Amino acid sequence: MPRLIKDGAIVEDAWLPVDPEGEPGDNRIHTLAQWQANPSANAVQLEPGDEPWPLLEALGSLELIAVNFPVFTDGRGFSYARELREKGYTGELRATGHFQRDQMTYLRRVGCNAFALDDDSKLEAALASLQDFSEHYQASIEPELPLFRRR
Amino acid sequence: MYVYDAYDQRIVDDRVAQYRDQTARYLAGEISEEQFLPLRLQNGLYVQRLAPMLRIAVPYGLLNSTQLRKLAEISRRYDKGYAHVSTRQNFQLNWPQLEEVPDILAELASVQMHAIQTSGNCIRNTTTDQYAGVATDELEDPRPYCELIRQWSTLHPEFAFLPRKFKIAVCATEQDRAAVHAHDIGLELVKNDAGEVGFRVLAGGGLGRTPMIGQEVCPWLEKKHLLSYLEAILRVYNLYGRRDNKFKARIKILVKAMGVESFRDAVEKEWASLKDGPTTLTDEEMDRARSFFTEPAYRTIDAVSAEAELDAQCTADPIFANWVRRNTVSHRKAGYRIVNVSLKATGYAPGDVSDKQMELIADLADEYAFGELRTTHQQNMVLADVEMAQLYSLWQKLQAAALATPNIGYLTDLICCPGGDYCSLANAKSIPVAEAIQARFEDLDYLYDLGPIELNISGCMNACGHHHIGHIGILGVDKKGQEFYQVSLGGSQDRDASLGKILGPSFGQEEMPDVMEKLLTTYLDLREEEETFLQTYRRVGIDPFKERVYAKAH
Ligand code: SF4
Repeated sequence: MPRLIKDGAIVEDAWLPVDPEGEPGDNRIHTLAQWQANPSANAVQLEPGDEPWPLLEALGSLELIAVNFPVFTDGRGFSYARELREKGYTGELRATGHFQRDQMTYLRRVGCNAFALDDDSKLEAALASLQDFSEHYQASIEPELPLFRRR
Repeated sequence: MYVYDAYDQRIVDDRVAQYRDQTARYLAGEISEEQFLPLRLQNGLYVQRLAPMLRIAVPYGLLNSTQLRKLAEISRRYDKGYAHVSTRQNFQLNWPQLEEVPDILAELASVQMHAIQTSGNCIRNTTTDQYAGVATDELEDPRPYCELIRQWSTLHPEFAFLPRKFKIAVCATEQDRAAVHAHDIGLELVKNDAGEVGFRVLAGGGLGRTPMIGQEVCPWLEKKHLLSYLEAILRVYNLYGRRDNKFKARIKILVKAMGVESFRDAVEKEWASLKDGPTTLTDEEMDRARSFFTEPAYRTIDAVSAEAELDAQCTADPIFANWVRRNTVSHRKAGYRIVNVSLKATGYAPGDVSDKQMELIADLADEYAFGELRTTHQQNMVLADVEMAQLYSLWQKLQAAALATPNIGYLTDLICCPGGDYCSLANAKSIPVAEAIQARFEDLDYLYDLGPIELNISGCMNACGHHHIGHIGILGVDKKGQEFYQVSLGGSQDRDASLGKILGPSFGQEEMPDVMEKLLTTYLDLREEEETFLQTYRRVGIDPFKERVYAKAH
């Protein structure tokens, strides 16, 4: 089973990856289109350009939202993640795809708590990147208050 | 100026450690060239034509003498003994070794400096008026807000991978010295009808391939909302800015495509959920920011006698008098002047400064100007607080170091990007064109007769030399592998900002001084009374210039 980082630990992935062509089933992460056709599914993946707004109604029932990074330089996912948390999503928010470990502090700060790196043999090393910074200026999901309110 | 506390220091130190690890992983082959690219760019490191180039941030152009000495030392130890002041008020080193950059960054961190986000598709160094805090026509000191923006934009988790680079400028004066109309976001400190000072917010300005003037998104924004409003604009841009075409990725294209009304609506919609949230500035925080930009310990000086004394010195030494007139500016405080240190001596690449000159300027800052210095987007330096009675001795020392060329604001004080001599993106060299023009128009009387002229030169469409907003702009273009130069006229970066219009077919490098001469002669022939070049151009249009320059030789 593929492994990923979740809540600061390395765990096995309980979900099957998206399969845009295949039949969505239990335990499978749905594409946004699949999820819209079957809104009772509880795991969905956003691609850059997929607007997260359709999910806002269902935030309470979703267990997993994955934000995909087909290329690590496309930063739309950072805004999607933060907006989903701002709107009250509390389930697993997972970064997936070709992001880099050097982006994990940012991803954590916009609300991601799970990281499925494309190479899961490097997870131990990647865990360290979550601690690259010990202090931050801005308010975001983590920390919620900007430095100027904590100084 | 702003002084780091333990928090600021920790953020910068953490960044150095992170980049040291990234560089080691890159050198060990653990991360690819492609993956390393944005990491090094966001730490200021380009790989240029001949060597890497490291861009060091000078937040809003302000630095102290200790920092400048450190830059001198770094340029000697890790480079070839000189640095370059860029049009974004930053310092650039042209020859550092990639392996040594983590050490350079650690050296910088030791004097509260960094190279964070000086390149890459992220929020860049915020710039402002080089005379901030001492200008006579200033509504309020913009630097505390620049510092607040610096902190907010530094390692912002949501906006580190934008469609393209993003530049913010702030101004607070009648005469806009920060070119706010030519920025992704321009902020002007203005009063509302009730007399309260807030921000007028412009968005979608920019130079480059498709130059545009920024449009008003908000006529007056209460100060405490500054950061949340910026956040809303950035979010709209991050979500909807184009990522399919690098040349259409700047926010100006988005604002234009949406139309400013719809863009504003989108911003307001995002802002609704951010407004009054934790990012809202507190009075305490604004006071804290302002507390770093208080007046230095000025002496109380009798203006009348100080002026009289200076007049007497000027009468006795006309060369000094000329320098005072051209390179110093009136100061808000009686008995003081603002001094421009010209980095535009003929024979030196515009904006270049040697290690020795940096050390001298640092010493002069300590001796004459409370230890503070500024860099300008015209690629000069400024000592902002000099007592009139000290000007003569300061001038003598500057002159001995080739730092007193009396040309500030005149033709030879041109803006010039590094161009094809250094930059791998260049279509053409820019420095030799600048030097040829400086050499041709060295005669000071002629220069002063021409009056204030802004000549801006870029080596390619990326417009680092801001050629679109020069009264005269020169752009390097590539024609079948040959270097040519396109001329534009009538650009302006002032409040009445305008973009230059292309004169016509481009010229070879050796023709440029003659072309300039024809343009200038046309102006001198046509000008009425005290008209400046720009005023004459605006009155007569481009045709007379065109006719003269392209007239067939008989
Ligand atoms: S304008 Fe072009 S040539 Fe000049 S520095 Fe910028 S990218 Fe390089």
